[in-house]
Amino acid sequence: MKFTDKVASTQSHPLHATEIRILQVNLGYRCNLSCKHCHVEGGPERKEVMSRETMGYVLSALNKIPVKTLDITGGAPELNPHFTSFVQEARHNDIHVIVRSNLTIFFEKGMEYLPEFFRKNNVEIIASLPYYRQSTVDRVRGNGTFEKSIDALRILNRLGYGNGSGEAVLNLVYNPQGAFLPASQESLEEEYKKELWRSHDIDFNRLYTFTNMPVGRFKNFLVRTGNLDTYVQKLSCSFNPQTLEAVMCRHILNVGWDGKLYDCDFNQMIRLEISDKYPRHIRDFDYSLLSTREIAVDDHCFGCTAGQGST
Amino acid sequence: MSDYYKDEDLDRFGEVGKHNPELYQKFMDWYTTSLTPGALSRREKVLIGLAVAHAIQCPYCIDAYSKTCLEEGMGLEHITEAVHVASAVRGGASLIHGIQAHNAVNKLSL
Repeated sequence: MKFTDKVASTQSHPLHATEIRILQVNLGYRCNLSCKHCHVEGGPERKEVMSRETMGYVLSALNKIPVKTLDITGGAPELNPHFTSFVQEARHNDIHVIVRSNLTIFFEKGMEYLPEFFRKNNVEIIASLPYYRQSTVDRVRGNGTFEKSIDALRILNRLGYGNGSGEAVLNLVYNPQGAFLPASQESLEEEYKKELWRSHDIDFNRLYTFTNMPVGRFKNFLVRTGNLDTYVQKLSCSFNPQTLEAVMCRHILNVGWDGKLYDCDFNQMIRLEISDKYPRHIRDFDYSLLSTREIAVDDHCFGCTAGQGST
Repeated sequence: MSDYYKDEDLDRFGEVGKHNPELYQKFMDWYTTSLTPGALSRREKVLIGLAVAHAIQCPYCIDAYSKTCLEEGMGLEHITEAVHVASAVRGGASLIHGIQAHNAVNKLSL
């Protein structure tokens, strides 16, 4: 059954946004890593990068949103040449800033300033750590990645991140390392906390479990290994109508590196733009129109509605 | 015999209930309830399932429980340790029967 049909069987109206709490902005697809599960297909060879002009449109749009949160993603967003001024300007305007970091970027040449910069600007960090064991992480993200990630987490802990005071928030992200769904967020968070503390003296605030979407590099893996049909069927069979209330596209707006608007990062990757009934570029941002927009959906959306849902 | 067990046959499990739906439903209720968290967590129960799957060498159960282990956030390290426990208990079960052999030999010996 198609996703639209599944929604129609659950509720009488298509999926709509209820507000825009968060502006999620992709600063570009360039990354120092080339992770096997990356739906963005980020990597060192990617050229797409958000311009300073487009960043200006983003900051201007944030001034029109009642709740101001800027969620910065990539690639490795820190590699955008305007990254620091963008963050500083947002913070100056009292905007809560979240940066989705791969952690290993701290050890790239010229990037050593990042941990202190994040702390000084009170940036919330959402860091990828697909598992708490070295062999698994290195298999998915490349050799040496786990050790660098652990070193980066130690630095962040020393700066006060993740100590539970709520002042410097450090959240981690788990992705399944293959064609299967994630464990419950609660049980896996408990396991991560226990293992990272026991083996590495590392603490963090929350663990988010993400379902891998059958798009980008992960979809290529599914096709190559003959797992695509089974995986898509699993997502579809795990459809949980209760997740429709809280699914992220209902309260975020996603901005591509070129300023185009999407309902989520996954739609951006498959170039599924928001409906042409609404402004489609950040320079034309209109809160009242966009905060109640109809969400553009396709069958990959089963990934956000499977089981407990994907945050 | 190489294709005696077929992947797609696992999805046909429900057909087993065709000739006695009542017993099948009772089995399914029992099975589902047994895996519900109680004094043991779901992770622990899934690992027990995996270990038993190896002890009884059921291909369907091994495939299904390996996948469920991944879905419960466990990896090959957890799976390998569980398989060792199953194998060690099974090996020990054979070895302890050495006593029976000793008993039999002793009974027959001068």
